[in-house]
Amino acid sequence: MQALFGQLLLGLVNGSFYALLSLGLAIIFGLLGVINFTHGAQYMMGAFLAYLGLHHFGIGYWPALIVAPLAVAVIGVVFECLMLRRLYRLDPLYGLLLTFGLTLILEGLFHHWYGNSKYDFPSPELLKGGSDLGFIYLPRYRGWVVVVSLAVCFGSWAVIEKTKLGAYLRAGTENPKLLQAFGVNVPLMFTLTYAFGAALAAFAGVMAAPIYQASAAMGSDLIMVVFAVVVIGGMGSILGSIATGVGLGLLEGLTKYYYPPAANTVVFVVMALVLLVKPAGLFGRER
Amino acid sequence: MRSALAVALTGLLLTAACKEGAEAPKGQAAQPATPVAAATKAPVVETGAAKPPTGNSIKVGVLTDMTGAYSDIAGKGAIVAAQMAIDDMGGKAGDKPITLVSADHQNKPDIASNTARKWIDEDNVDVIADLVASSTALAVMPVAKSKNRITLLSGPASSRITNEACTDTNVHWAYDTYSLAVGTGKEIVKSGGNTWFFITADYAFGQSLEADATHQILAGGGKVIGSVKAPFPTADFSSFLLQAKSSGAKVIGLANAGADTINSVKQAHEFGIVPKQQLAGLLVFISDVHSLGLEAAKGLLLTNSFYWDRDDETRKWSQRYFEKMQRMPTMVQAGVYSSLMHYFKSVAAANTTEAGAVMKKMKELPVNDFFAKNGHIREDGLHVHDTYLYQVKTPAESKKPWDYYKLVKVIPAAEAFKPLSESKCPLVKKT
Amino acid sequence: MTPANRRLAGYVALVLLGLAAPFLVYPVFAMNVLCFALFATAFDLLLGYTGLLSFGHAAFFGGAAYVTGHLVKDSGWPPELGILAGVVFAATLGGIVGGLAIRRAGIYFSMITLGFAQLVYFLAVQLPWTHGEDGLQGVPRGKLLGLLPLDRPLAMYYVVYAIFLIGFVVVHRTIHSPFGHILRSIRENEPRALSLGYDVDRYKLVAFVLSAGLSGLAGSTKAIVFQLASLTDVHWHMSGEVVLMTLLGGMGSMLGPSVGALLVVTLQNYLGHLGSWVTVITGAVFVVCVLTFRRGIVGELHALLKKSFSL
Repeated sequence: MQALFGQLLLGLVNGSFYALLSLGLAIIFGLLGVINFTHGAQYMMGAFLAYLGLHHFGIGYWPALIVAPLAVAVIGVVFECLMLRRLYRLDPLYGLLLTFGLTLILEGLFHHWYGNSKYDFPSPELLKGGSDLGFIYLPRYRGWVVVVSLAVCFGSWAVIEKTKLGAYLRAGTENPKLLQAFGVNVPLMFTLTYAFGAALAAFAGVMAAPIYQASAAMGSDLIMVVFAVVVIGGMGSILGSIATGVGLGLLEGLTKYYYPPAANTVVFVVMALVLLVKPAGLFGRER
Repeated sequence: MRSALAVALTGLLLTAACKEGAEAPKGQAAQPATPVAAATKAPVVETGAAKPPTGNSIKVGVLTDMTGAYSDIAGKGAIVAAQMAIDDMGGKAGDKPITLVSADHQNKPDIASNTARKWIDEDNVDVIADLVASSTALAVMPVAKSKNRITLLSGPASSRITNEACTDTNVHWAYDTYSLAVGTGKEIVKSGGNTWFFITADYAFGQSLEADATHQILAGGGKVIGSVKAPFPTADFSSFLLQAKSSGAKVIGLANAGADTINSVKQAHEFGIVPKQQLAGLLVFISDVHSLGLEAAKGLLLTNSFYWDRDDETRKWSQRYFEKMQRMPTMVQAGVYSSLMHYFKSVAAANTTEAGAVMKKMKELPVNDFFAKNGHIREDGLHVHDTYLYQVKTPAESKKPWDYYKLVKVIPAAEAFKPLSESKCPLVKKT
Repeated sequence: MTPANRRLAGYVALVLLGLAAPFLVYPVFAMNVLCFALFATAFDLLLGYTGLLSFGHAAFFGGAAYVTGHLVKDSGWPPELGILAGVVFAATLGGIVGGLAIRRAGIYFSMITLGFAQLVYFLAVQLPWTHGEDGLQGVPRGKLLGLLPLDRPLAMYYVVYAIFLIGFVVVHRTIHSPFGHILRSIRENEPRALSLGYDVDRYKLVAFVLSAGLSGLAGSTKAIVFQLASLTDVHWHMSGEVVLMTLLGGMGSMLGPSVGALLVVTLQNYLGHLGSWVTVITGAVFVVCVLTFRRGIVGELHALLKKSFSL
């Protein structure tokens, strides 16, 4: 029983991280209608930039949390302006394929430069160590991941659902022409939304670096799972992604306890089942 | 505009492809300067079965993982090691000039067997080296056998290679799952680590590693009190480590490799499992320790066939390698060099490249180089030599870059590998 | 020459080129191209002509490869029966997955097929007779109908070529039949097809099963040619690769997927030594293709020909 509690707590830890990871993907899809496959590569770049910053410029963990996402956001802006922008009016399939292609380019380049090794990025002194909760020893850094992930998730959700800026964003999704007529710079808004999504991915990458280390392939294994989380939650539903992320973490934790070999597969089975019962995902509305 | 681009692209790709096919070498190609140049050399366009080796030249093919999970333990380093072997022979074995080709098998057995076929049929490759990832080795061995060419395996681990799947044109050079289990499994039990919990990568390699180690542990009087099969690949091992912790076993055996090993070791520290429980890595390469850093890896017990800082000879060779790669060699990369040198010497001695005759010489001649002392190749194709149990140093013990291991025990060749009497290889004559 | 004649002449030239191929290029390479060309053609039946993007076609391709490999290697079946069993397996699996997935449209359809494909991948890792990541190795090629030994490269090539032509003709017949026209009408305007009284779901399902079965044919043939079935064939990368081939060559055109398969296989085969750069180049091809010629190479060529001959 004690062991099970431990597993559930770990599930919660991983789940909140899934929520953070899927957030950017959900925002970009919800507001731009683009399935951003590059999310995994942006996550990887976040972790790598943190590592490179530390080793070449002595930038520590705390500044890296800001600097790396900003840098990735800039790359995102360039990509959005030069390429992605042309595809908004087309089938989402093309956005998916374009971002998939970009992912291959980025991962190939990082692999060429850094090989397949993992690059160590230490966690900050403040967050080293951990505490014994009786049924489990919880590293402090993992606790920090939960707190930050949930804060960022609900913060983003509040901005998009409860503020005027969020209202513009949502209006831009429904009817860009009308909003433009009101004098809002819709293309700029779209660009910034994409940049924000990319920055979130990179932020998750920096958060992950002390646990999983930076490696060129770190995003490609994860992207499918995160993708599934967003689909189960209902594509574009931010709250749905957050809830599903946490739920999936718990489910995965239980699977790792009762039938470990299926831990990587369970999410996809759940996805297929959910879509058959609820066509637009758990929290989505049909478009 | 678009259409023009489309046409241009098609044309470009097709010409690239055609060039490869059309540029038929006249006689034997001159020795290329770099591995990459070697690999771009053209294949001969030809149909039908493999051409017999011409006999007056040697072509080496290094088939390895250049981009995937094993690209650090083999990859480019394996190609560099092969080129070093050729250079050290002065580009010749006896009077036969040696050339090198290389390719990426991406850890995919179909690509590996396809490339091997093409190499043998079109490029007249005589010997294929490395083949890291057991699945690719098992795919290429029968192809090479059917076309009477030699395979020199340094990368793969599976003990099936010299048992159920053995061929008489193959040598398994560096290590196998059995030798890893003897070193790490048996020796740790002897030193008191008698209860084990396995975290096993849920694929054929992980399972055979666990099975071999379990065999050794039980034989030594130890007990395996549990195991968990982690899907491959896994990024987060916390759940499995927790299960290992609550089992109360003295030793946690990591029957996994590469990124999985790195993740599990690192997270074992994170969750305060070390030093209460001992970690035993069943397959750890020096590149993994380098990635982990000594702070995380310290105390880890592991079995290797080669360590760069073992003696003067290994240091000398490794230093030369380091100058080319800026990394110390793994046992796979050193194995590629060593196996090719032995092959070249055997070709020179046999004065032919015909696989049967060369294999006979290879099995006759003892192996004595920086890699192995008094090694010999058995009839099942296993290269038997001493292996070493090492412990990873603490940061304080480490005096220079890449100073990572301290020797715990030399495991003599006679104990390090599966006895011939237990071999499941049909080539072994039972008496 | 009338356009119809010109088309016929083009096809005849291509068939002849196929006959001559093993004398021009390495036969195993040609067989590899043909297997993927058939796979992509079968895939395009669903994507290009029915408008359904399956992201799980590796399950049919690889699943059939495993079934064929297992029956031929472990149960000693002759190759033709092994291939047939692979096709039946893929079609049956297609019936089950398709039956569930076609209830949803767009990205949701893709995701359901992906989910099931991951399940098949899981089974391929777990089942004892698939041998995990080692795959099924050393599948014997055997003798076709007990007569023709397939370990001769030329014999094997012409068998593969015949299988490819059969598959190609089946797809060609399908899309040029009344059934094919209904599929296209579904792609163009589903509500309209529905209102005209067509049982849209049934048409989609038949197209799905046909596509799955032919993908299985490609996979089974590949298992015999390469004498192995491995996890590569069932991994989602394979599902992505077939999308790339189809898109690059031109979806919704009969020859497009084959051209795409030729290019992708060539790229992987002849640039393999470049390591990471292959990934970069593949990605760049994707990006250029999506941004500049979305109709694919064959689609753009068609448009070019139409413009210059104003047909």
